[in-house]
Amino acid sequence: MSYMKEFTKGLVKENPTLVSLLGMCPTLAITITVQNALGMGAAATFVLLCSNIAISLLKKIIPSQVRLPAYIVIIAGFVTFVGMILQAFLPDIYDALGIYLPLITVNCIILGRAEMFASKNGVGASALDGLGMGLGFTLAMLAVSSVREIIGNGSWFGIKLAPDFIQPMTIFIMPAGGFFVLGCVIALVNRISDRNAPVRTGCAACPNKDGCAGCGTDSDVKEAK
Amino acid sequence: MELAGSMMIILLTGILTDNFVLSQFMGICPFLGVSKEPSGSIGMGCAVTVVMLGATAVTFPLYHAFLVPMGIEYMNTILFILIIALFVQLIEMFLKKYVPALYKALGVYLPLITTNCAVLGVTLLNIENDYTFLEAMMNALGAGLGFMLAMLLFSGVRGRLERCNVPKAFRGMPITLVAASIVSLSFLGFGGIVDGLFGGA
Repeated sequence: MSYMKEFTKGLVKENPTLVSLLGMCPTLAITITVQNALGMGAAATFVLLCSNIAISLLKKIIPSQVRLPAYIVIIAGFVTFVGMILQAFLPDIYDALGIYLPLITVNCIILGRAEMFASKNGVGASALDGLGMGLGFTLAMLAVSSVREIIGNGSWFGIKLAPDFIQPMTIFIMPAGGFFVLGCVIALVNRISDRNAPVRTGCAACPNKDGCAGCGTDSDVKEAK
Repeated sequence: MELAGSMMIILLTGILTDNFVLSQFMGICPFLGVSKEPSGSIGMGCAVTVVMLGATAVTFPLYHAFLVPMGIEYMNTILFILIIALFVQLIEMFLKKYVPALYKALGVYLPLITTNCAVLGVTLLNIENDYTFLEAMMNALGAGLGFMLAMLLFSGVRGRLERCNVPKAFRGMPITLVAASIVSLSFLGFGGIVDGLFGGA
């Protein structure tokens, strides 16, 4: 039962992108089409699953002083592996993800789960946590990319919708549209979850503060005061 | 003259048209996290620029001297991130010992830079675009300055946002993202300018 919870918490309650506000860069950059978002989500989920398992297995061996470089190297190894697989079997996706594929290495979500969960929990729980967080990340990107592709390009998953359904607004597949849509999706999540607002912690109390680049969530704490 | 022209194109492209934060979405986390005060933006921008230049100066020769002859180019992500982590640590130690005043000003930003995807991004892009060493350094400088410019501009926007009465659901991150979208829109206006200025050179 508790294992189930490790898996489902990443999907909705602690969604890494929409609630914890981590991993913004790929969410903004790659969500131009649904296909790219799914490719990115699958690659990141795989890396998250593997790195969580590996780090959970190695948690007693890695000295705590050098744990962040060690985690980054483990993650970079899996990212390289995924990159080679994609290049060999799905070259289209590989080309579309471009520079953002190697940049999965420095995705805050993956390092964050390593530091917050995998380094403290067993292998089974860590694997489920990684899988849940990865799927949550994918779902969030799916939502953002659906809006952007339908409004910006008049298609969904590459399938052209009826021509008179909507006049494509190119601005939505441009960078500015990415910021705008993600902002609106997060606002929608805030609005829906209003009654039981997620507990946000400031950077001082965040267990991930050494490994992250400032997720910006501390601004919410300031306003709550 | 031709060399200077192409250098200027790379530099200005990095700062304006292909701004790392607003057009390529790299370094969004520190951009949203640190850009609350203009002073912090400048500090973070300087630190990032220095690390980008340093990391490029080290990774570029290493890539061409070791990885290419040995045929293990695919190791670049692992090697580059290690070098960046090492480099950030070295700068931190150096500043702490010899320039404590600067360390006090920049110290808090340094550990955050290792996981800044803009730094890894710029070193990888240098390789991907087949730049020469000089072009790579210019690209790093442009990326760093562009990052600083975006943060500085955005900290001004955020200062005004603080005093606004924002709908409840939009408070915090959502309104910040919408504001970033408008700043990004303004950078769209730079498209084509750089080529128009120096394209003839």
